[in-house]
Amino acid sequence: MATYLEFIQQNEEQDGVRFSWNVWPSSRLEATRMVVPLACLLTPLKERPDLPPVQYEPVLCSRPTCKAVLNPLCQVDYRAKLWACNFCFQRNQFPPAYAGISEVNQPAELMPQFSTIEYIVQRGPQTPLIFLYVVDTCLEEEDLQALKESLQMSLSLLPPDALVGLITFGRMVQVHELSCEGISKSYVFRGTKDLTAKQIQDMLGLTKPAMSAQQARSVQPQGQPFISSRFLQPVHKIDMNLTDLLGELQRDPWPVTQGKRPLRSTGVALSIAVGLLEGTFPNTGARIMLFTGGPPTQGPGMVVGDELKVPIRSWHDIEKDNARFMKKATKHYEMLANRTATNGHCIDIYACALDQTGLLEMKCCANLTGGHMVMGDSFNTSLFKQTFQRVFSRDFNGDFRMAFGATLDVKTSRELKISGAIGPCISLNVKGPCVSENEYGISGTSQWKICSLDPTSTLAIYFEVVNQHNAPIPQGGRGAIQFVTQYQHSSTQRRIRVTTVARNWADAQNQLQHIEAAFDQEAAAVLMARLGVFRAESEEGPDVLRWLDRQLIRLCQKFGQYNKEDPNSFRLSDSFSLYPQFMFHLRRSPFLQVFNNSPDESSYYRHHFARQDLTQSLIMIQPILYSYSFHGPPEPVLLDSSSILADRILLMDTFFQIVIYLGETIAQWRKAGYQDMPEYENFKHLLQAPLDDAQDILQTRFPMPRYINTEHGGSQARFLLSKVNPSQTHNNLYAWGQESGAPILTDDVSLQVFMDHLKKLAVSSAS
Amino acid sequence: MNVNQPAPPGVPYGQPQPGYTGYQSSYGGQPGPIIPPSPYGAYNGPMPGYQQLPPPGVPRAPPSSGTPPASTTVRGPSSQSAYGQFGQGDVQNGPSSTVQMQRAPVSQPFVPAPVAPLVNQPAAFQPYGPPPTSAQVTTQMAGMQISGPAGPPPSGLGYGLPPTSMASASGSFQGSNLYGSYPQNLAPPTSLAQAHPGAQTPQCCAPMQASSFPPSAAGGPRPPSIAGPSMPGQSFGGPPVSQSNHASSPPPQTQPPMPGPPGPPPPMHSSQPGYQLQQNGSFGPARGPQPNYGGAYSGAPNFASPPGPPQPPPPKRLDPDSIPSPIQVIEDDRNNRGSEPFVTGARGQVPPLVTTNFLVKDQGNASPRYIRCTSYNIPCTSDMAKQAQVPLAAVIKPLAKLPPEEAPPYVVDHGESGPVRCNRCKAYMCPFMQFIEGGRRFQCCFCSCVTEVPPQYFQHLDHTGKRVDFYDRPELSLGSYEFLATVDYCKNNKFPRPPAFIFMIDVSYNAVRSGLVRLLCEELKSLLDFLPREGGAEESAIRVGFVTYNKVLHFYNVKSSLAQPQMMVVSDVADMFVPLLDGFLVNVSESRTVITSLLDQIPEMFADTRETETVFAPVIQAGMEALKAAECPGKLFLFHTSLPIAEAPGKLKNRDDRKLLNTDKEKTLFQPQTGFYQSLAKECVAQGCCVDLFLFPNQYVDVATLGVVPYHTGGSIYKYACFQVESDQERFLSDLRRDVQKDVGFDAVMRVRTSTGIRATDFFGAFYMSNTTDVELAGLDGDKTVTVEFKHDDRLSEDSGALIQCALLYTSCAGQRRLRIHNLSLNCCTQLADLYRNCETDTLINYLAKLAYRGVLSSPVKTVRDALISQCAQILACYRKNCASPSSAGQLILPECMKLLPVYLNCVLKSDVLQPGVEVTTDDRAYVRQLVTSMDVAETNVFFYPRLLPLTKVPVESSAEPPAVRASEERLSKGDVYLLENGLNLFLWVGASVQQGVVQSLFSVPSFSQINSGLSALPVLENPLSKRVRDLIDSFRAQRSRYMKLIVVKQEDKLEMLFKHFLVEDKSLSGGASYVDFLCHMHKEIRQLLS
Repeated sequence: MATYLEFIQQNEEQDGVRFSWNVWPSSRLEATRMVVPLACLLTPLKERPDLPPVQYEPVLCSRPTCKAVLNPLCQVDYRAKLWACNFCFQRNQFPPAYAGISEVNQPAELMPQFSTIEYIVQRGPQTPLIFLYVVDTCLEEEDLQALKESLQMSLSLLPPDALVGLITFGRMVQVHELSCEGISKSYVFRGTKDLTAKQIQDMLGLTKPAMSAQQARSVQPQGQPFISSRFLQPVHKIDMNLTDLLGELQRDPWPVTQGKRPLRSTGVALSIAVGLLEGTFPNTGARIMLFTGGPPTQGPGMVVGDELKVPIRSWHDIEKDNARFMKKATKHYEMLANRTATNGHCIDIYACALDQTGLLEMKCCANLTGGHMVMGDSFNTSLFKQTFQRVFSRDFNGDFRMAFGATLDVKTSRELKISGAIGPCISLNVKGPCVSENEYGISGTSQWKICSLDPTSTLAIYFEVVNQHNAPIPQGGRGAIQFVTQYQHSSTQRRIRVTTVARNWADAQNQLQHIEAAFDQEAAAVLMARLGVFRAESEEGPDVLRWLDRQLIRLCQKFGQYNKEDPNSFRLSDSFSLYPQFMFHLRRSPFLQVFNNSPDESSYYRHHFARQDLTQSLIMIQPILYSYSFHGPPEPVLLDSSSILADRILLMDTFFQIVIYLGETIAQWRKAGYQDMPEYENFKHLLQAPLDDAQDILQTRFPMPRYINTEHGGSQARFLLSKVNPSQTHNNLYAWGQESGAPILTDDVSLQVFMDHLKKLAVSSAS
Repeated sequence: MNVNQPAPPGVPYGQPQPGYTGYQSSYGGQPGPIIPPSPYGAYNGPMPGYQQLPPPGVPRAPPSSGTPPASTTVRGPSSQSAYGQFGQGDVQNGPSSTVQMQRAPVSQPFVPAPVAPLVNQPAAFQPYGPPPTSAQVTTQMAGMQISGPAGPPPSGLGYGLPPTSMASASGSFQGSNLYGSYPQNLAPPTSLAQAHPGAQTPQCCAPMQASSFPPSAAGGPRPPSIAGPSMPGQSFGGPPVSQSNHASSPPPQTQPPMPGPPGPPPPMHSSQPGYQLQQNGSFGPARGPQPNYGGAYSGAPNFASPPGPPQPPPPKRLDPDSIPSPIQVIEDDRNNRGSEPFVTGARGQVPPLVTTNFLVKDQGNASPRYIRCTSYNIPCTSDMAKQAQVPLAAVIKPLAKLPPEEAPPYVVDHGESGPVRCNRCKAYMCPFMQFIEGGRRFQCCFCSCVTEVPPQYFQHLDHTGKRVDFYDRPELSLGSYEFLATVDYCKNNKFPRPPAFIFMIDVSYNAVRSGLVRLLCEELKSLLDFLPREGGAEESAIRVGFVTYNKVLHFYNVKSSLAQPQMMVVSDVADMFVPLLDGFLVNVSESRTVITSLLDQIPEMFADTRETETVFAPVIQAGMEALKAAECPGKLFLFHTSLPIAEAPGKLKNRDDRKLLNTDKEKTLFQPQTGFYQSLAKECVAQGCCVDLFLFPNQYVDVATLGVVPYHTGGSIYKYACFQVESDQERFLSDLRRDVQKDVGFDAVMRVRTSTGIRATDFFGAFYMSNTTDVELAGLDGDKTVTVEFKHDDRLSEDSGALIQCALLYTSCAGQRRLRIHNLSLNCCTQLADLYRNCETDTLINYLAKLAYRGVLSSPVKTVRDALISQCAQILACYRKNCASPSSAGQLILPECMKLLPVYLNCVLKSDVLQPGVEVTTDDRAYVRQLVTSMDVAETNVFFYPRLLPLTKVPVESSAEPPAVRASEERLSKGDVYLLENGLNLFLWVGASVQQGVVQSLFSVPSFSQINSGLSALPVLENPLSKRVRDLIDSFRAQRSRYMKLIVVKQEDKLEMLFKHFLVEDKSLSGGASYVDFLCHMHKEIRQLLS
């Protein structure tokens, strides 16, 4: 099996693709019996330092319904200068530029190592990137100051020719004109009134070029893009201006009386931001970056009233159908998100507040457009500051790790159809012959739009095997899938990345072991989890859990080895062995459990779960626990209460949090100050080791996790205790008082109990 | 004629009045007769010699009083005599002289002695007037004669007519006939004539004299006015005229004879006793007259005979000089009442005319600067009032500016408990409250309710029942004073914050191109240092804010901490709001640098604007919302250029349609296009947001609609059509400066309380009323006037009279809440004659004009005009029927106090609103309509009857204003230069044959033809004439609340049309009747009513 693991890993590295099954069942019926659907996690822009982009247009299959890109799997007739499409079998002439090809003179796209290839195409006008800051001014002075500094800092990180704009909001919404000298100008909107895009454009004077003095002055030969020049200006031109403007930015001046929340017009501010870009730069890469310090309290999109005595909705309220504003607000933001996505722009949400800020209602803005969602306690924390800074991080080429306006086109060979996708995308509603009626996630299309993506953005794409049982696939036949991602690179180039993969077919009836061996349980866990989380957005929590359980049981029934009605005889092969454990932790995860989480937190967690790559997703499902002790080098340990020992330091990474936990003894030593004594330098090193490792994680993670440094008995130890498998609780007395590990005060079932049940159900003939 | 009559009534009054001082003690009033003599003496004593005459009359008065009419006539003479002197000087009118002649005889008989002095004076005058006049006169005369011929041949003896009058005098009727001769021709004129006759005939002698004196007395009622004044006025008109007035018809006739006078005059005068002169209006020129007289007499008969025939030949016209002359009346009042302070102690005193300069001493009644009434003696019953049809109205200017010699109202602080008020009607403590029970309670003078005196206010009474602290407390001894208001008098029970001024500037293409924006911004920089401040405050408490707009609004943050102003654009005009709180309204001195920077940048920012569309209503909304957000009252200064056609609430369309003129739909031109502005105004008033609108239209902007908000919020509208910086800058800046600097009260509520029996029923002016009693004014300045009409709701008693208390609650410009109280006591009468004797025509016209101007909103203009005419006809007919001595129905007899009613009424009827000429735009009419609605009496007076002054008749060294002439082309001499003003317009008319020297010294060009017509300023030249004229222009401008742009008009030039529009005694191009024609018409109306 090692070979399969290598194969999987190699594929992931080369193509950014991980399939749940790496050998595919050859008939529809068999495929459905596999329980876990044929699906893959695709990271379209996976960083490939070894992949130089080619500077020409891809060669397309000439069949209008196919248009697949020439790839290494195609049959090529070098004499006739023909190639056969491996999806539709259409024979195509090479374009004249390929006249010189031969077996020894192949273009890159025909070489096997270029199963993923990137083309740079010269198409359309190159428009600079656009960053539109939408800033809440109803903040505490400190927060605002910190935010202002972060924003000012960000100006230096932007490419000089990028266009920036600034909208501030509080009780009113101000669109700042950046092109002016002397008097600073802004257009002000009431925060309570929903305006149509047309109205916004009229009011901003974007409809008639001859409107404003500025325009009149700047004659008009420059054409359309300059209409908006008043609000969106190249950074290099208005760097100073904007810095000053941000510096002078004041807290919302309207008085907030005792017992009230400040009036915050987030809904209108976003609507204006969307309208502004819609009217001026449709279909170009643009980020709307919303910084908010509290819930929208007025106007369309309001989430809670301004009376402080009425708390913002909780899960409890939502279940009781007691969240007055939720539906309306959600609708408003969905409408905005859809418009934004249609225009190819994206919305980032940076929400920093101790209480909820309405992410539940606003989540779609980020989810549908591929924007970031960051949740923190305050803008004056390193969590926000570094996260924000990391938005503008650059890759090995010095380019921003962000791409815009991507469309992902998936092509399959005839035996496959596309069931849907889950990720930060919207459907482009392209119905084709390869679109399945069986729907998972965002379905009914073979193309999706991803308005913004970075090298880690990962989509789950689900397929259906449609080959009939009675139509066997010729020996050696392979199923192929091609992913064509067209996007605007951060350097403003248009690029096309094409990934073509193929897998072998196997007849599930007589070659099940091949299929079984090629099962990628990590990918499968994440793919199933995504399905579960996707369902959880629209269904009741318990239903989703039941569904997950049933799938798990069915899988175990299918692939387990057991004697009927004998739980003890149940065995799973290596390629499935970890899967139940993933499911156990998934059930306990905040993605599916809302208990103890606010609606905002749930939305936040789910947002990230739906877009991170496999590794990060797995960490989210089952956090990693490392142990540091004098007994040996740092080692990963079981995520189990038994791992919590007095003489250990634990480092837990849940993706959202990094917890360093000092065992009881260690904590006492530290308290006694041994680490400061030269003779105990080794203890100092021991203390330092997890800190350094944590730093490593912090350096690369986006968003910055919450960094928690705690010790035995510390209040924040709860973050650890809530994650570990409660193998020892106050209930199982046999473990009580023993030296191994720490009992967890919970009624949750432990992994052991879970597995026992699973075995029982799997072997039961009743189910 | 009128004169005469008034005179009679005057007698009784006069006596009382004279008594005033004394009277006060003894209100009896009537007793006057007894006391009068002596008092008069006293008064008169001080007065010029003329007055003396009256005194003598007085004694006679008693008898005269018996026969009012007669007396009136007499008075005429007497008064005339007095005036006459002046008149001559002024008028010059040869014609008048003739009249005098006629009277002369009469007068002579009467008061020879007194006359004498008068005579002298006249003589002195003669020199001036006569020469030029005579010339004109002669020409006129000629004409007259012609007319004469039409009538009785004797007309030539115009004088003869007078004689007739004489005759008529004997038989007043006859007199009328006589008139008839002239007038006869024209039925109407005749009537006039007749009137005259009546008067003159007064047979002047006996009855007349008696009356005359009384009249003086009557006029005298107000000491100054002393019958004399009114009378004089008439005589002045054209001396002759005045006479004619008195002696109605005769004079006219006489005038024709004028020709005679010219020559003879000098001698005549001498020959004639001063009396004649006086009577006639000193036309003394009389000289001719005398002879005439002779003729007249003879003529008289003629008249008598001719009456019948003459009428048919109507060709003859009434001599303009013989009809009551405003100039004369004004001049007489000035002479008689201008020298002594007007002491307000006594009840029901008629104050001097608004055209007279006088000082007021507040002794318990509000100064006429604050309140003027149409009548100071009101009928006791509503039946009487209905019969007389004389409207009972008061024109109130609560915050009127006083001359420096008069102290502003004292501010009284009654502490935390607030002002002392009647428990029931809530009237404020005033001098008329009666303290009883040793001062423990007081009885309300308005509702008679008895209220406990608050302990801290208690004070013992002296033996007369007056509180011991009477003189220490303004509210017990003065007619006008202020209370500090307590928090109970404030909105939301919170003391108001200091007000704010918001400047809202149109920056559309038109505004920028005309240079307005630049000019305005430049001016504001310095003007902001002169915001009104209270008392000795070093710095104004008023905060300022700035907005510019075209079809969107730009607010500016000018917070002192900013390095640069910030502009905030609000384009959501459909749903206006204020985008900022902090930094919009700022203290000028704190934010000076930012404001200066802003004002520097505004013109630059919009220099290249192409935006032509503007919004309007949202701008006001924005200002109002800003004040609301700042929780303070304030004023918006709006500078606007065009019809607001941009898509926004209150959007207007061009609906100017001349075809609507003279149709039933004409009224729609005065009505707002949409109700939107009305409700906006209501909101503004609720917020204490006053709107001043400066308009700079190049075409129709629909003033009727745009003006709604300024109108209802107590603001002002200024209009500068086709604004050009070069030519209009001075006018605009001057208006702006005055408007910004003037004292304003904010968030005001005015309530008029009256004693039982009458009730304030109707209000006219620029304000808003949400109920029937409270006049709400978002802002009120010293120029705004409210006219209040009263109606009876019960019987009044002669003993207790009637009281008016006007209480104005307002916020001062420093944010202090205050109550200003004005009290006025009026007499009540059971005799109509008393009413007619105590009327004030100027106030009456003010009321009638406002009534009519409001009427055009709901009725066709013709209906309004007819209603005006018929009301006046009824007023005069009632007098004729009930108060005038029996006379021929053909005689027009006018009450002394109302003898100018016809001429003024005609001016109202011919005004642009009621009878527009072709060149008058719809906007102009709406503008004037609104303007007039808040004018005070002085303004309406000059607005309807412009002042016309000859400039070269008086030696340049003289510092006095040259005597005015009547507003008629006939009065213009080709060789002279005239200045005409009506409060809004200022013309310098240059005759075609004016001396070169004059041209040179005024215009610095060698000849008439080189004068640039349409010139708007005189070159500054160092010569006495130029200096004098420019000083005169400056002094005119200083007198008016708005800067008048000068227009130089050359005779025979096309601009002259414009000028002639203001010669209100002539036929107007738009069809307005000439004074003479109108008088005839009125007479006809009256006769119809009488028959």
